[in-house]
Amino acid sequence: MTAAVAPRPLKSAKSDEVAIQIVGMHKWFGEFHVLKDINLTVYKGERIVVCGPSGSGKSTMIRCINRLEEHQKGSIVVDGVELTNNVKNIDAIRREVGMVFQHFNLFPHLTVLENCTLAPIWVKKMPKKDAEEVAMQYLNRVRIPEQALKYPGQLSGGQQQRVAIARSLCMNPKIMLFDEPTSALDPEMIKEVLDTMVNLAEEGMTMLVVTHEMGFARTVANRIIFMDRGEIVEQNEPEEFFKNPKSDRTRLFLSQILHH
Amino acid sequence: MTTALDAGQKADLPPPAATVGVIGWLRENLFSSWFNALLTLFALWILYLSIPPLIQWALIDAIWTGSEAQDCKLPDGSRKEGACWIYIKAWIGGYAYGLYPYDLRWRVDLAAVLVIVMFAPLAIKRLPYKTVYGVAVILLYPVVAYMMFSGFVEFPPGAPEASTHPWRVVPTDKWGGLALTLLIASVGIIASLPLGILLALGRRSAMPIVSTFSVLFIELWRGVPLITVLFMSSVMLPLFLPEGVNFDKLLRALIGVTLFSAAYMAEVVRGGLQAIPKGQYEAAQALGLNYAKMMALIVLPQALRYVIPSIVNTFIGLFKDTTLVAIIGMFDLLGAIQLGNADPKWLGFAIEGYAFAALLYFVFCFSMSRYSLRLERKLHTGHKKT
Repeated sequence: MTAAVAPRPLKSAKSDEVAIQIVGMHKWFGEFHVLKDINLTVYKGERIVVCGPSGSGKSTMIRCINRLEEHQKGSIVVDGVELTNNVKNIDAIRREVGMVFQHFNLFPHLTVLENCTLAPIWVKKMPKKDAEEVAMQYLNRVRIPEQALKYPGQLSGGQQQRVAIARSLCMNPKIMLFDEPTSALDPEMIKEVLDTMVNLAEEGMTMLVVTHEMGFARTVANRIIFMDRGEIVEQNEPEEFFKNPKSDRTRLFLSQILHH
Repeated sequence: MTTALDAGQKADLPPPAATVGVIGWLRENLFSSWFNALLTLFALWILYLSIPPLIQWALIDAIWTGSEAQDCKLPDGSRKEGACWIYIKAWIGGYAYGLYPYDLRWRVDLAAVLVIVMFAPLAIKRLPYKTVYGVAVILLYPVVAYMMFSGFVEFPPGAPEASTHPWRVVPTDKWGGLALTLLIASVGIIASLPLGILLALGRRSAMPIVSTFSVLFIELWRGVPLITVLFMSSVMLPLFLPEGVNFDKLLRALIGVTLFSAAYMAEVVRGGLQAIPKGQYEAAQALGLNYAKMMALIVLPQALRYVIPSIVNTFIGLFKDTTLVAIIGMFDLLGAIQLGNADPKWLGFAIEGYAFAALLYFVFCFSMSRYSLRLERKLHTGHKKT
């Protein structure tokens, strides 16, 4: 994998306050046991990279955090609110948690600006003018304010993913989930998206990132989590994780991903 | 475009002459192979056989002036060669209003003018509160139109004013002609779309009662011919209603037509819903939109856009199917034309009547189809990969 991000020290914004607490969480798809006894505590301001072979359950795990997938056992508490079938809790959590998808999932029938203002206007009941102001501010931050009136179909993949990030940020979330944000991008566009994410990290956002970008993991993450076959196999600080992987499975994975 | 070339870069050349222009087009589209050439010649031959006689009949030999059937006939009483358009001229009022009282036709005209006046502001691009106004007009206009058509002053039978008062009640069995056709078609169209959307959403619902009901409703109405529906509504339904309860025949027909086309519409909309990728739902949910907002703001606008051609297809079908109300004794456009064909003064000119009916139906259906194309182009946001 290409390390697209220039290594630079990132000050840690990690605090002692808990943002997400997952305890003994299990999930099944029909008969298939996808997630097995997941225990994970994420602190505010912490940046966690989740990696692992495909089918290891990493996407499913972060999708459980905003209830795109339902877990069947154990508990997930996000920002003090427990995820249950209570629709109010789910809505409350979704307002606090932003998500960026592998395939961007922008709304193709709306302009870039409308993509960004939709949720603030309809979920937060923000006046349209204010929402547009906020949206332009974030579009500036992801460096594509000039595309505001275009439709997603007219943008490149990298630009679309940056719009998707801006769209999430417009809801002013406390936590951002990234589900393989660069996997669907052409190689020359990966950097612009990773740079945006690094900026976000520098501002102290709590981030959970599923990615294969080990360069990003090395420079940005406070902690790397390695998952395999539905379990968290190992978690450690980046340096230790790459230098001294404890389990054989981690070693095998790292050798495959770093030397191909 | 002329841009400076780098060393060794090849310049753009114009395409070979035989692939562009009129000759290029002809070769590409009409004579690309010997079989295509043969088909082209065959088509030209068919056109040669059919078009000139039609023009001869409808335009060159046609009779345009006069006022009586006699003007279209030879001295021996047989009809002249060309089309007798004065018959259409004489009956045009009958076609438009059917059996509606002659002295009250202005009320129908007023309703027609009002539809233009009330809906015209929607054409203004930057109208404030446009959506509110649009919904209000759609809800209000039917009431207004009903008042116009039906009138609101009732008299006991035999009262002298019962046949002269400008706002006297006209029962629905006197409504007719093109006015009735447009009324049934527009009520059917306007009511069946939202109903169809609800049924489509219901069919995909996770709640078993809702989805079962929707499936049953759709399959039941789709499985029965419209003619049967209309027949049931006019003949059977009154048998099941208690004595004294009677609702209007036109209303029953309207309900029948609406529910019938709603079932079709539901399947069309469902097709559009299936084309929306799962990611769109997930993105909407992740942003905190609830089910209603997700559907109204994200899913339906896209789904309906995909199926505009099929929606309009259903509308056009519905428009033409309204002629079936003739079966239950209502004189819509086609009924009025048949009424005219049976006019003893104008016997023998049914061809002109039917030709005119065909022309009118075509004009309406074709404009719907053009409008749908325009709408598609307007709503196209460059996300389709074409």
